[in-house]
Amino acid sequence: MATAAAHHTARADGMTQTDAAAYEAVFDAAVAADERIEPRDWMPDAYRATLVRQIAQHAHSEIIGMQPEANWITRAPSLRRKAILMAKVQDEAGHGLYLYSAAETLGTSREELLDKLHTGRQKYSSIFNYPTLTWADVGAIGWLVDGAAITNQVPLCRCSYGPYARAMVRICKEESFHQRQGYELLLTLGRGTPEQHAMAQDAVDRWWWPSLMMFGPPDDESAHSAQSMEWKIKRHSNDELRQRFVDICVPQAESLGLTLPDPHLRWNEERKHYDFGPIDWTEFREVLKGNGPCNEQRITQRRRAHDEGAWVREAAAAYAAKHNGAGRAADGHAHTAGGPSADQAGESGEA
Amino acid sequence: MTTEEWPLWEVFVRSRRGLSHTHAGSLHAPDAELALRNARDLYTRRGEGVSIWVVPSAAITASSPDEKDPFFEPAADKPYRHPTFYEIPEGVKHL
Repeated sequence: MATAAAHHTARADGMTQTDAAAYEAVFDAAVAADERIEPRDWMPDAYRATLVRQIAQHAHSEIIGMQPEANWITRAPSLRRKAILMAKVQDEAGHGLYLYSAAETLGTSREELLDKLHTGRQKYSSIFNYPTLTWADVGAIGWLVDGAAITNQVPLCRCSYGPYARAMVRICKEESFHQRQGYELLLTLGRGTPEQHAMAQDAVDRWWWPSLMMFGPPDDESAHSAQSMEWKIKRHSNDELRQRFVDICVPQAESLGLTLPDPHLRWNEERKHYDFGPIDWTEFREVLKGNGPCNEQRITQRRRAHDEGAWVREAAAAYAAKHNGAGRAADGHAHTAGGPSADQAGESGEA
Repeated sequence: MTTEEWPLWEVFVRSRRGLSHTHAGSLHAPDAELALRNARDLYTRRGEGVSIWVVPSAAITASSPDEKDPFFEPAADKPYRHPTFYEIPEGVKHL
């Protein structure tokens, strides 16, 4: 990412057709050889646009995803659970930041990305438009929503675009804690009083189907899938990953002592997979269109947080300008400026 | 109202003593001190580092991928820089 946004000059603009064809051949060969594409490499405009769309949506999902869970921080049933939940929500913020940085290497800016989120021109995962009604929802999100995310994301660690793949490696390592804390939470409730068990079951009943929708529309209706697989941005189809997730979850639900809300769910000996019932794609499309239970609330809260944080960003920028004179970090002087920065430069400068 | 974005910084983390700093990723911060603090929160939440460098991204000069071949070519025709270039009789030890 060292060669970030400002340098993505090797585009087709101003090149002759022969040049463009030669660049494209180099790109195709790199993808075919399973090499990674890096920020300053030439890449087709459509590849760049697809990545910006996907990484931005992914980043937005991480930071919008903080809201439904943060809803329960103040009401966590113990200090242990509260500390865990805070750490998890902080991780989501971190994941958003890794991903925004990855998107920025493609020539977009943080401001532009946030603006597109706030004005609805870029999406986030529709799963976060569902409400967290009880404490058990925190467990169901960890187990099912993060579980589905991991199933989706592990193959992205081998995505053809280097910065995205590297961000995903970090994220996947951290997601494992998210999933396990959720599973443990549900296990505790499931083994508790009948009321607690019922609360856990209710949460699983509500989150199961939306989690399956997280893999996106069926393969034959998925607009971007084929091209993304050709570019090795995507490694497996939506339906393939969905099936993998179902197969993983069924035995995990049995260990929890909870049931999954699907009467069609049964082992198919011939396919060596679990069969499952039809997904209500009308609901998926409605939530995607903005008609989910929390769409309005999520984006309003996101905008408000951004607006109310403006004074902090301005104060920090003013402080930096005052202490570095004209030598803002962008000029490369910040590291040698007076005060604490100089001490840090000294410390980090040791070989 | 500041419309200008905070500048971008590259973050390098030394995972433990004895290893060099490795590029971990990047972040936005108004100045070096906050870049360092943000880097700690962003890249070392699980004890991944014992030392962090932050460098303004704008201060980095990078070789161009377009000239990758001519730029690195001089190394390609000098196989004698590798120990395997030399023929040593069988049985000669510690060499």
